[in-house]
Amino acid sequence: MSKHDNPSTHHSDVLKPGPPAPVAPPRRRVGRRAPVALLIPAALGLAFLVLPLAGLLVRAPWSTLPQRLVAPGVLTALRLSLLTATIATVVCVVLGVPLAWVLARVDFRGRRIVRALITVPLVLPPVVGGVALLLVFGRKGIVGGWLNETFGITLAFTTAGVVIAEAFVAMPFLVIAVEGALRGADERYEEAAATLGAGRWTTFRRVTLPLVAPGVAAGAVLCWARALGEFGATITFAGNFPGRTQTMPLAVYLALEKDLESAIVLSLILLAVSVTILATLRDRWINTP
Amino acid sequence: MKKGRARTALAALAVASLAATSAGVGCGSEGGPQTTGIPAGAVTVFAASSLTESFTQIGKDFEAANPGTHVTFNFAGSSALAQQINQGAPADVFASASPATMKQVTDAGNGDGDAVTFVRNQLVIAVPKGNPDRVAGLTDLAKSGVKVALCAEQVPCGAAAKKALDAGGVALTPVTLEQDVRAALSKVKLGEVDAALVYRTDVRSAAADVDGVEFPESAQAINDYPVIVLKEAPNMAAARAFVTYVLSDKGRSVLTEAGFQAP
Repeated sequence: MSKHDNPSTHHSDVLKPGPPAPVAPPRRRVGRRAPVALLIPAALGLAFLVLPLAGLLVRAPWSTLPQRLVAPGVLTALRLSLLTATIATVVCVVLGVPLAWVLARVDFRGRRIVRALITVPLVLPPVVGGVALLLVFGRKGIVGGWLNETFGITLAFTTAGVVIAEAFVAMPFLVIAVEGALRGADERYEEAAATLGAGRWTTFRRVTLPLVAPGVAAGAVLCWARALGEFGATITFAGNFPGRTQTMPLAVYLALEKDLESAIVLSLILLAVSVTILATLRDRWINTP
Repeated sequence: MKKGRARTALAALAVASLAATSAGVGCGSEGGPQTTGIPAGAVTVFAASSLTESFTQIGKDFEAANPGTHVTFNFAGSSALAQQINQGAPADVFASASPATMKQVTDAGNGDGDAVTFVRNQLVIAVPKGNPDRVAGLTDLAKSGVKVALCAEQVPCGAAAKKALDAGGVALTPVTLEQDVRAALSKVKLGEVDAALVYRTDVRSAAADVDGVEFPESAQAINDYPVIVLKEAPNMAAARAFVTYVLSDKGRSVLTEAGFQAP
């Protein structure tokens, strides 16, 4: 239990006593204007990101907004979206934080390959991700076929399927954020805990986790936001059925088929809810200036 | 030093924006002559996803018959296409899978003249090859344990499916409402559902993987496919020629081969 960690893998500066040197606070640079060459593209970039949102606001049917908000199906889709995105985030944290820890703290062959594999869902078109999920977790899939025959469980077209699709797409965001936090964290605290007799599990729980908590929180928020907006993998793997698998993005897409204004209203709801939640969480968990 | 770098960046920006503008101009001029009667240049056709195979073939035949023309397709759900056109997408021709979606375009004043019905399509039940669940008609789909994919009611195949189910007095709960007919078909191909209501033409295009079961109620839900030249067509002459070609005997034979019925 109290076996010390083998220090041979650590750097020699471990032996230096005392806490890490304090980082100097960033000084305000007075009297120096930002260069135009940066300001112009920055302004263009901002306009590029903000204008489409403004377009939604301008085109929104404000007069009929109240009726559309209480239209049947809207709240159902919103509730399902919030529920599945939250469960998917929990799944991602439970599986993703240990994965990030292994990547950041354990030296093993093929670590680079593992890291590259983890980022694949980031670049994979989500629709392809959905097909891939069907091939594994679908009724005829490698895992799904076994689940179906042994337990009679099918995942495709269920709310659980939505969670799987969202977690698949969103987990890389969490792993990358947490791994970055772990790499940025000062390992000397962990080594100090080890010298004091703490095992690796205890060190992880009592030292590492509190140390990188802001990073985990930031990763979880990013992960949740990605899960909330997930469309391609969800519609491919989980299908579209109101109340069971029809999340807000799916409802938006189908509304777009018939009625542009409903689609705008649904998008605005999703936007408002996510911005509110993210702003609240940011204030509470993450200290960013 | 610093100024020089800033200037380089600005110059790069200027070059980039120039390139963007000239690319835009290039696109415009590719449209070809607009007033002459001989079709030439690029034609952009927005067509319902159920027309994918047959229109691709017709496009090739049209290009061969009219040297100098080039047909580009945008295949998607008819309603999505109608929305894109009404939002100003630069299309020459719109071929829709239902009069209702066509009406969205003509009501918005984006059609040139009247839409012409060029084919009709009928629903069938798509089942995995060999029909393992022995589906013989609509009522079999309502049995418990049979997983069915339908199109969402917002798209033409979903509207037709609803009509057919209502006509047969069959109430069924599908496991999914797909966004277009090809998505519903692919769920059958992948074995995720036991059956789906799709068009006869879709089954024919996937004959290696699925079988089609005809059912009498589908006669109550036959879809007319209208086609129209768009008012803002960048290449009006070629657009008219393409529609004429679709309505010609050559075009029609490709369509009937694919399983469509003559109007």
